[in-house]
Amino acid sequence: MDVRLSPEQRALRDSAAQVADRLGPQAVGQLDDRERAAKLDAAVAASGWRELRTPTDDGTPLASGVEVGLVAEELGRGLADTPFVGPTLAAELRRLAAAPPAPAGVVETVAFVPDLGALAAAGVGALPTSAVAIDVLGASSALVLVPSDDGFALGAATLPGGGTGSDLTRPVAALAPGTNVAPVPDQGRVISPAALTGCTALGLAVTCADLVGTMRGAVDLASGYAKERRQYGVAIGSFQAVQHLLADALVATEGARSVALHAAWAADALAPPEALAAAALAKAWCSRAARTVCETAIQVHGGIGNTWECLAHVHLRRALLSTDLFGGTGPSLARVLAHRGIHDEIDLRIGASDAVR
Amino acid sequence: MQFGDSPDEGAFRRELRAWIGDNNPGLPTSSTSDDYWTGQAAWHQALYDAGFFGLSWPAEVGGRGLPSVYDVIVDEELAAAGAPPRPSLGYLVHGILEHGNDDIRRRFVPGLVSGRERWCQGFSEPDAGSDLASLRTRAERDGNEYVITGHKVWTSHSDVADWCLLLARTDPSVPKHKGLSAFALPMRQPGIEQRPLRMINGITKEFGEVVFDGPRVPAANMIGQPGEGWRLAMTILSHEREPGELGYVARYTKVVNDLVGLVRADPAAYGTEQVRDLGWAVVEAEMLRLHVCRRLSDRLDGISHGPEGSVDKLLMTSVEQAVGHAALAVGGAAHDDGDDTWLKVYLYSRAQSVMGGTSQIQRNLVATRILGLPT
Repeated sequence: MDVRLSPEQRALRDSAAQVADRLGPQAVGQLDDRERAAKLDAAVAASGWRELRTPTDDGTPLASGVEVGLVAEELGRGLADTPFVGPTLAAELRRLAAAPPAPAGVVETVAFVPDLGALAAAGVGALPTSAVAIDVLGASSALVLVPSDDGFALGAATLPGGGTGSDLTRPVAALAPGTNVAPVPDQGRVISPAALTGCTALGLAVTCADLVGTMRGAVDLASGYAKERRQYGVAIGSFQAVQHLLADALVATEGARSVALHAAWAADALAPPEALAAAALAKAWCSRAARTVCETAIQVHGGIGNTWECLAHVHLRRALLSTDLFGGTGPSLARVLAHRGIHDEIDLRIGASDAVR
Repeated sequence: MQFGDSPDEGAFRRELRAWIGDNNPGLPTSSTSDDYWTGQAAWHQALYDAGFFGLSWPAEVGGRGLPSVYDVIVDEELAAAGAPPRPSLGYLVHGILEHGNDDIRRRFVPGLVSGRERWCQGFSEPDAGSDLASLRTRAERDGNEYVITGHKVWTSHSDVADWCLLLARTDPSVPKHKGLSAFALPMRQPGIEQRPLRMINGITKEFGEVVFDGPRVPAANMIGQPGEGWRLAMTILSHEREPGELGYVARYTKVVNDLVGLVRADPAAYGTEQVRDLGWAVVEAEMLRLHVCRRLSDRLDGISHGPEGSVDKLLMTSVEQAVGHAALAVGGAAHDDGDDTWLKVYLYSRAQSVMGGTSQIQRNLVATRILGLPT
């Protein structure tokens, strides 16, 4: 066991951090700076990060869940408003179906069921119920699962254009019933249920990584503010009441880094059921922690933190979307318990008792 | 990046698993029973003699010189077998190795590591808790010896200790942090009165208080230089705050596994809140295992004695108290008879946010030393 990053992994993390720091939004007003956003999108497109899960000659992915997680974490930390999770999962689905990668220059994402708890499934033709495509900035289509007797094939839903949603950095698009789902050409095999479990594990792991990044960004933002904002003649960060809020936020974030790193490793290193259990455990911790950490960032900013112009709510909004993808705290806790042989019919969704102590 | 075993680690794990199968003493969970503390010395010696204790410490002081990640394997296998955790004294070893001279290291560390000589830690006093540097126990030079006068409390295993790692004031004329020195004090001599402390869950064998009325310690037993006591204390406390050093992962995991077993055996008997608390205990205990993997891997680049131990201590506290809450929720508070009740597990967990430095102090350290907030 040696969970240190390799030199190559550190280099990947550093370059993702540089792109996010250089081109990500530094203020709420910059979210509307289209020139900046286009540069960020171009830099991410040129980096090849969205293609980390495309297959090598033997069918294994170009890079493991660890590399995917490192990029996701840095993009989350920098509130990068460009697609990554969606295209990464689309590439993974194409790899699992032995389908050729999406054409060069085309950004493809994935569609979820309306509560975002699982990938959307539908037959080819008109979509029977609504679905939600994530990461639609600049994307032209979203993959959906097409159930078959022994697993799943892939279909591609046309995106309506435009996007909206709670996360100001990663808009989603509602796919209305009747949206056309075309078969994806040249699929070499059916995606088995076990392979789909592995894909869910990867999806949970990458959302955990994004949450870790979002938390780190929120802690940095709030700590920086606490050093500058003065009341009673001193920086508010000198008060223990403020210090303890931020210390707890950092501690929750450090725990999140440890579970998210393991989930990212497990996505490829463990069999799908174990990978899913590891990912669900990480998601439970990261979801609970992220909401509290982002709420702390708002609290430390005081009144300013409750205004649109403060970046703290952008972190919280990004965390809320990442939380819902593939299931947040309650569903993840239920998966953890199920893996330990406790199948509870009771709804374990997050309640007031689940805030970080 | 590898959470799995290397071939050598796998072989070590198999050897250890077989040994535990034959040698598990079946002691109760450490937090609930005096029987555990009574049996701990024999367990320590058995682990050491079989080659499974002191793995990451240097061979010349009785360790095996292995990478620190081997301790993770020990914790995992002890937990899986429901065996007692490894004794927690790595922080004393680090303190002596870091600050003691060659003679001190050779004389004291091998017996500490092998468990043949038992140690207690004389730091806290009735009037010096969080403000440790204000301690008043005096060590006064008399020829080649120092004479000790004072009162220590929260002194683990003082009743059976051969030695005390004692922090005492050797120079009252300088600022409080600068006048402290550390000693290896022989405990079996006149002038030392030991009294057990009864904790809220009833155990009496873990903590004691000790009154020193004139016992003597050779000047050669000073660990570090005169006035180095505060820095030694900080080294020890930074390690005492690391879950990887303490081996507690095994203890928490054992409790969680036992609780999971209870619920699996009769799921209909438990409601939403009980199952939810258990779910969080599973998550928290596993989080700590993985966090320790990360921290001990970082040590492959060299040991640091930094403020990160305070982050670890706060995480460890969160885990112990979440496990305590699950024990209370699943096991119930209805009975407190007998040595090994879930209520005792819960009650013991309250001490984790105090011992080794309160959670309030840890948050101060995280805020100022890691986040760089102003003091």
